[in-house]
Amino acid sequence: MNYSSTELMIVNAARMLKDGDVVFVGVGQPNLACNLAKRTHAPNLVMIYEAGVIGAEPARLPLSIGDPTLVSGSLSVVGMYEIFSNYLQRGNVDVGFLGGAQIDKFGNINATIIGGDYIHPKVRLPGSGGAQEIAAWANRCYVMTPHQKRRFPEKCDFTTSAGFLDGKDSREKAGLRGKGPVAVVTDIGVLEPDETGELVLTKLHPGKSAEDAINNTGWGLKIAADVKITDPVTENELRILREELDPTGIYLKGGG
Amino acid sequence: MSKLISLSDAIDKYVHDGDLVYAAGFTHLIPYAAGHEMIRQRKRDLILARATPDLIYDQMVAAGCARKVIFSYMGNPGVGSLRVVRTEIEAGRLEWDEYSHFGMISRLQAGAAGLPFMPMNQTGATDLEHANPQIKRVTDPYSGKEVVVVPPLNPDVAIVHVQRADAEGNSHIWGIIGEQKEAAFAARRVIITAEEIVDQAVIRSDPNRTIIPGFIVDAVCHVPYCAHPSYTQGYYDRDNTFYLEWDKVSSDPIAVNKWLEDWVFGVKDRNEYWNKLGAQERLKVLPLMSEAVNYGKY
Repeated sequence: MNYSSTELMIVNAARMLKDGDVVFVGVGQPNLACNLAKRTHAPNLVMIYEAGVIGAEPARLPLSIGDPTLVSGSLSVVGMYEIFSNYLQRGNVDVGFLGGAQIDKFGNINATIIGGDYIHPKVRLPGSGGAQEIAAWANRCYVMTPHQKRRFPEKCDFTTSAGFLDGKDSREKAGLRGKGPVAVVTDIGVLEPDETGELVLTKLHPGKSAEDAINNTGWGLKIAADVKITDPVTENELRILREELDPTGIYLKGGG
Repeated sequence: MSKLISLSDAIDKYVHDGDLVYAAGFTHLIPYAAGHEMIRQRKRDLILARATPDLIYDQMVAAGCARKVIFSYMGNPGVGSLRVVRTEIEAGRLEWDEYSHFGMISRLQAGAAGLPFMPMNQTGATDLEHANPQIKRVTDPYSGKEVVVVPPLNPDVAIVHVQRADAEGNSHIWGIIGEQKEAAFAARRVIITAEEIVDQAVIRSDPNRTIIPGFIVDAVCHVPYCAHPSYTQGYYDRDNTFYLEWDKVSSDPIAVNKWLEDWVFGVKDRNEYWNKLGAQERLKVLPLMSEAVNYGKY
């Protein structure tokens, strides 16, 4: 079966969601992953969008996280202050979904600048949005990003959202909620934190090798003793993604 | 007392060069028509605050209205980069203050509530704290732990688009309610733009839906389709095609200028813009009514 690396990532990210999870849905590919999970193994997924929509049942793929399709038929709509305080800060969100331009050895994420310094960056990115708080206060976080050396530096140029900071102890010391980034899904496999908070390779997608992962990581990537192979992408998952969720290929065509 | 005036008069009277402007709306109800009117009136040196500057500020920055932006997500939502703002920031031609979404909305909440600052729990990501000296820490007098604090944001003028308002400015909003209420209460002056101007009896029939009371409002403008290419829940759809196309237009300064000539300077007002666009059918929305609620007669 033919599928793109983007589709591979989205499918594997979707599978990590549990039925009944309350998930804070991000824009773009995480949006596809959550909607795919809801239409497959997690029909009771409660999707919260940072625009303030709770329990969304979108009839079409929302291009933005503030699309009107999210509102119609949802459980509740609240203001922005309330969604970030009563829901996220208070600890009522199970899962945060994050992306970013860089993710480092300890799962910290950069979505702000690349190169130079903050005032004079080489590349200016959109910045935090809700990511800073999602990473800090969701009970667990998943990250999706293509596996490329430039995206996996030993240390981020700028820490937009916290993973394990300088190691697991430092996240605890900073008083953050939740388990932090419990899995990073790439187009090669899955990285998960070890007991120190360092991301190690724990799963490979079919046909990928540990060497692929090592060569595309900016630090000396450790390989778990019992690396597993992820289940193949199914026809049903691809059909939902291509025909129901993103028929015009706005997200699926990118990065494929 | 009626506060009904034209949008052009409202912008002329209540928006001054150098003002801090908050054009409200988290994706929903963004008052584009007001942004375009500020461009036509060649407002200058504005400080433009929004959680997501969105295309409205991209266009205003391109037209030379702004000296500074205050934001928490500088992207074209769902599409990618916000090219004009980004280019100006990278070139050092535009000042900026940056927050997370929660930091930004906490600033507005403090401003709306008349508080000196708003505390937030720590997030561990301290780089933005170091980059923005407005983000500080204080010791929680109860636990002895540090909390992050941000100062109030009190815009000189907030512009809020709503589904319906009466002539005094009592306003009903439904759908995504983002930060409209906070922006209106935080601001010194408030301009309401509305899809429909209704009799006050309509407002009084459903008081729980009134997000903004008329007595904090300075001007009420009847501006149907004000929010395009953003949307008004139940009235017209978000023009996602426009958001995708702007990604191309905004990558070329000549194309941006031509766009401003055609769609801002080339039209008198929103009515002319909407007729020229001809998107009535394309952005039409089928009705989905809520169940009526019974307030009871007492």
